[in-house]
Amino acid sequence: MTVSDAPLIVSTRFDLVGGHTLEGYLASGGYEGLKAALAKAPTAVGDEVKAASLLGRGGAGFPAGTKWGFCPPGVWPRYLVVNGDESEPGTYKDRLLMEKDPHQLIEGALIACYAIGAAQAFLYVRGEMALAQERIAQALNDAYAAGYIGKNILGTDFSVDVVLHWGAGAYIVGEETALIESLEGNRGMPRLKPPFFPAAKGLYLQPTVVNNVETLANLPWIMSNGGAKFAALGAETSRGMRLFAVSGHVQKPGVYEVEFGVTTFRDLIYAPVYGGGTRDGRSLKAFIPGGASAPWFYEEHLDIPLEAGAVGAAGSMLGSGAIVVMDDTTDAVKACWRVVRFFARESCGKCTPCREGTSWLEKVLRRILDGHGRPDDIALLLDVCDNISPGIAWPPKQTTICPLGPSAVSPIASAIVRFKDEFIALCGGTGESPVTISGKAYLPMPTEVAGV
Amino acid sequence: MSDTTEAPPEAVILTINGKPVEARPGELVIEAAERTGTYIPRFCYHPRMEPVGMCRMCIVEIDTGRGPALQPACMIPVAPDMIVDTEGEVTKKAQDGVLEFLLVNHPLDCPVCDKGGECPLQDQTMSYGPGESRFVEEKRHFEKPIMISEIVALDRERCILCDRCTRFSKDVAGDTLIHFQDRGDQTQVNTFPDHPFASYFSGNTVQICPVGALTAKPYRFKARPWDLDQAESTCTACSMGCRTLVQSSRNEILRHQGIDIDPVNWGWLCDKGRFSFESVNSAERLGAPLMRDGAGLSRVGWGVALAKVAAVIKEAKAERVAVLGGARLTNESAYAWAKLAKGVIGTDHVDAQMGDGLPAELLLGLPRATIDEACAPGGTVLVLAPDLKEELPVLFLRLRHAVTRDHARVVEVAPRRSSVSELAAMSLLHLPGAASDVVAAILAGSSAQAIGGIEPDAIAAAGALLAAGPVTVILGRPSVGESADAMVAAAAAIHAAHPEVRFLSALRRGNVHGALDMGLTPGLLPGRTGLAAGASWYREAGWATVPASPGLDAHGILDAAAHGKIDVLILLGADPMSDFPDTDLARKALAGAGTVVAIDDFLTRSSEHADVVLAAAGPSETAGTTTNLEGRVSTVAQKITPPGTARADWMLAAEIARLLGADLGLTSPEQIWSEVERVAPSHAGLTWDLLHAPQSRDGVVVGRLVTAEAEPVVLPSDDDADIPEADGQAASPPPGPSRPALLEYVAPVTVDTPAVDGYSLRLVATRKLYDLGVATQHSPNLAGLTPGNDLRLHPHDFDRIGIAPGGAVTVTAATGSVSLTAFPDAGIPNGAAAVVVNQPGAGIGALIDAGATVTDVRVAKA
Repeated sequence: MTVSDAPLIVSTRFDLVGGHTLEGYLASGGYEGLKAALAKAPTAVGDEVKAASLLGRGGAGFPAGTKWGFCPPGVWPRYLVVNGDESEPGTYKDRLLMEKDPHQLIEGALIACYAIGAAQAFLYVRGEMALAQERIAQALNDAYAAGYIGKNILGTDFSVDVVLHWGAGAYIVGEETALIESLEGNRGMPRLKPPFFPAAKGLYLQPTVVNNVETLANLPWIMSNGGAKFAALGAETSRGMRLFAVSGHVQKPGVYEVEFGVTTFRDLIYAPVYGGGTRDGRSLKAFIPGGASAPWFYEEHLDIPLEAGAVGAAGSMLGSGAIVVMDDTTDAVKACWRVVRFFARESCGKCTPCREGTSWLEKVLRRILDGHGRPDDIALLLDVCDNISPGIAWPPKQTTICPLGPSAVSPIASAIVRFKDEFIALCGGTGESPVTISGKAYLPMPTEVAGV
Repeated sequence: MSDTTEAPPEAVILTINGKPVEARPGELVIEAAERTGTYIPRFCYHPRMEPVGMCRMCIVEIDTGRGPALQPACMIPVAPDMIVDTEGEVTKKAQDGVLEFLLVNHPLDCPVCDKGGECPLQDQTMSYGPGESRFVEEKRHFEKPIMISEIVALDRERCILCDRCTRFSKDVAGDTLIHFQDRGDQTQVNTFPDHPFASYFSGNTVQICPVGALTAKPYRFKARPWDLDQAESTCTACSMGCRTLVQSSRNEILRHQGIDIDPVNWGWLCDKGRFSFESVNSAERLGAPLMRDGAGLSRVGWGVALAKVAAVIKEAKAERVAVLGGARLTNESAYAWAKLAKGVIGTDHVDAQMGDGLPAELLLGLPRATIDEACAPGGTVLVLAPDLKEELPVLFLRLRHAVTRDHARVVEVAPRRSSVSELAAMSLLHLPGAASDVVAAILAGSSAQAIGGIEPDAIAAAGALLAAGPVTVILGRPSVGESADAMVAAAAAIHAAHPEVRFLSALRRGNVHGALDMGLTPGLLPGRTGLAAGASWYREAGWATVPASPGLDAHGILDAAAHGKIDVLILLGADPMSDFPDTDLARKALAGAGTVVAIDDFLTRSSEHADVVLAAAGPSETAGTTTNLEGRVSTVAQKITPPGTARADWMLAAEIARLLGADLGLTSPEQIWSEVERVAPSHAGLTWDLLHAPQSRDGVVVGRLVTAEAEPVVLPSDDDADIPEADGQAASPPPGPSRPALLEYVAPVTVDTPAVDGYSLRLVATRKLYDLGVATQHSPNLAGLTPGNDLRLHPHDFDRIGIAPGGAVTVTAATGSVSLTAFPDAGIPNGAAAVVVNQPGAGIGALIDAGATVTDVRVAKA
């Protein structure tokens, strides 16, 4: 078991008393990254972020510098939208960033605005996060008063206004096009991409960059220390440090900043400085590697590094960086139902397969748990999954606009394939199904991948 | 939507189910497929709305070079070399899956659902999806149904959440009153508390609902679709001329559905047009003639009633007979009455307008615009008209689309804020009476001082807007509190400065434009020609006489009647007590006329004072044609028989003529129209067969007839109409004089507006869609929707006058006074007092003097 001694980047103020205030922030090196950025040309800032190989930390893991470059040239105004609608079950890293270090986020947002040429940023904060909203509001007021936001920031001709927007409590608004709809005052429902790729036609149909909170929080450090230094951390395509929220049956649930691409799941779950092992030392049944949407991993996946490529190759994703650990006391059917219930309740209602399919799945699972399972239920569950996400593949195909519907398929496919006996015990029958499951994580683990 | 049989040169070639297909650039896959014979199932897609890709039923495999992927065909535009598979196993499984999902929470209560038999969900369940559902859980439950407005009921259990109704209300109508609420399978369409779905367009959501979730009271549980008999017709609730499908069962109209025609209504109807068929079925309809005796109006036989009418006409001198009204009639009936009045009786005191319109010479003389021209993408529209949403609702939808989707710009010049104001790039709200001065200043591009309350910079900005692009004018009477003079002067000024500018009439009454075309207006003969120009032509065509000089208009007729100068006043579907702005004059006229003959569907506030009432056929009870505000002639169908022995208006004209010893020679709508086509100069070539041909479903605009050779029919316009044509040109069918010249535009005489004194407010009197008219009042589901009346003043005027908001006031004009409650309204110009006419409560007609240019009132605490 190895624990990297790499420097912390975004979580340095998590334990700093008063780190969320402007004084505390300035005393600990705050707004130096912005100064460094403003000393460069905007394109140089973008190049620096590209050099850092910073991947988006929201879930999709798209390179941030490349995303910025998708804004069509010469189209103004452009907007920066900060996606602070973190609501994936098990994910709570952005909440800490917003509560504990709001100025770092603001500084990162300003740097991004400077790089893409936006004069207006929108901070979309999840509705339930009252403390985060309060602290960001205070931080914005202080930063305005101190001249970090507003007209002619730090005496330059760079001007930005930042708007704080509170969500109304919808998971789907974490999806960037639904977030844009919500910001525009509409009901939060995703838009079909194409044509509405936000970089081309986003907020108010103008070029819009939507970045995750953690992604932006990395920018001050990158500006102060250089992209190369950031890229020197981590491995493969996954560079720098990354926050992981560990929860479930572990000794020490919490948010840990670890070296990206190097640390393994085993390190994160079992190392004393991180998760500290499973609850009561019980054996591991399964874990979700990247938020509730991700296909489950098992014992044999523990030595895969927290690296986007390697996790993807094994058939799942690092997603939002939420690792949910289930020990051997877990009822697989019930765990599966709990995750599916979340998606069924959070379906925005736009696409038929997601709206009707996820709640149908939830009702079937609930019925099975209530002792009324039927022999056909396993085949039924998988066929309904197949109608939401044809082929039950990973990355998922979908009959819906956004990936929320297919997200409910992952736990079912994972649980049914791996723990079929638990389903058969409740439903009877043989558990046979004509549906082809092609997602790699759902299938038995080939040894050569496990050895990475 | 018109289909082109030939693909344009820049056609996109794609493959659908293995066959190469030509599509228009930008066309959606679902449209290209349907046009080329491949139907892709759908629920949420609607050709007149932006696609949303919600129902996922149209999901098909599309390969744009990156491998096949399931995509909604309603959201994806065609692209070169695209490969679409609508029949493959992947597509089939996905579509079957979607259909099964749609039925998961659908109650399948088809046996008690009005939509059963015409339900897209029912139909597509027969074609797609598993025969039997695997869903054994409990379905979601909602209270069913709930009334979301006075008319529309919503059954949320049946709803499949396709976003058609909500999209229509938000994007097309602009009435954001119904929304999605809640999430997941609890998602529902609903209103916000205390904000009912009170939209003038709510019936459209019922029509486009793909299931039975939205139903409308007038049709609920009335019939099964297979019991309905139907005919295509044209709505005459206003002059828009929306194409409708009239559906009936057992000789009773049960439903109107909008038909999608490109140049007019795009499938939409307003609720008044859609639901006022209830009045046709009303038990209050007149089914027999009535005659006044000692006890009042009593039923008599037709022979007695018609003989009485003929006798009083025969006794009177021609110039002491007057005919008021005719806008309710078909073109054929209007022609018959014009022929009776002008060609047999010999009076020119004939007016289809009710003193609230515009001079016919002006309207028919100005260059006319079509709706498409007025709503052209990127154009500029100058609106000098009443509130379009209140008077011509579907024109409002077309204009709204032009502004919100097609980058048209609207400049509104009006005496109070209207529904158009929110669409307008500029809305110049001026003091009543100042419209022509405001328009003149805009045309000049600048003004040194404020005009009618409009500041110079606003005038300059409006001038710049109008100078920027091609302009169309929508012209009507924004307020009946002032005379037509200001509008006439404004139109004249625009035409003088920009002769190329076209005008779209905003006169509202059903077939008023057809009535004017047929000569039911003083000074004109059928076919847009003057008395002098057409006299010999019409005599040659068989008219016994033609009036020598122009007669009186509605105001003149009523004034003459009030002074005892009219012996026979014929109300041809006219209700001056309700519709003429000056009620006092109308009352005096009815009292002062020798004999009042009413030809009407109902006893109205006017016809109840008549001496003889002839029961007339109503809408959908006569076949023929009607003419809309563009001059578009389209067919109306007879779907049911009139109540009792009520008769078509043209028959009554023919009967009266016969009793007067003349033969109109008119025997059927078709035969009347053939005479119109033959004699009316503007209508040459518009044959009955042409109007009833399949390609004329959209109607034909008078003067825009395009023949097969794509050449407009050239109408003779010789100045000297009396000289017969040379023999070599004997091809024209009727021998004798050539067709008379069409009316030419003559600059009208303009009148100055008097200055308002410092203590008075200037009256703005407008209309609402639902009023005291028979169509609303005899339709049980519409009758309660009249908003009533109050007085609206600019907030600043309250202190000046010394009244309190919400307080009772007395409004006094030269002619009378009424009591109202006053409310502040920032959409009323300073110094104006706004009221609504023809509403329950205070009779605003008491304030208006038809002879005055403007109406000044004093407002005082009651």
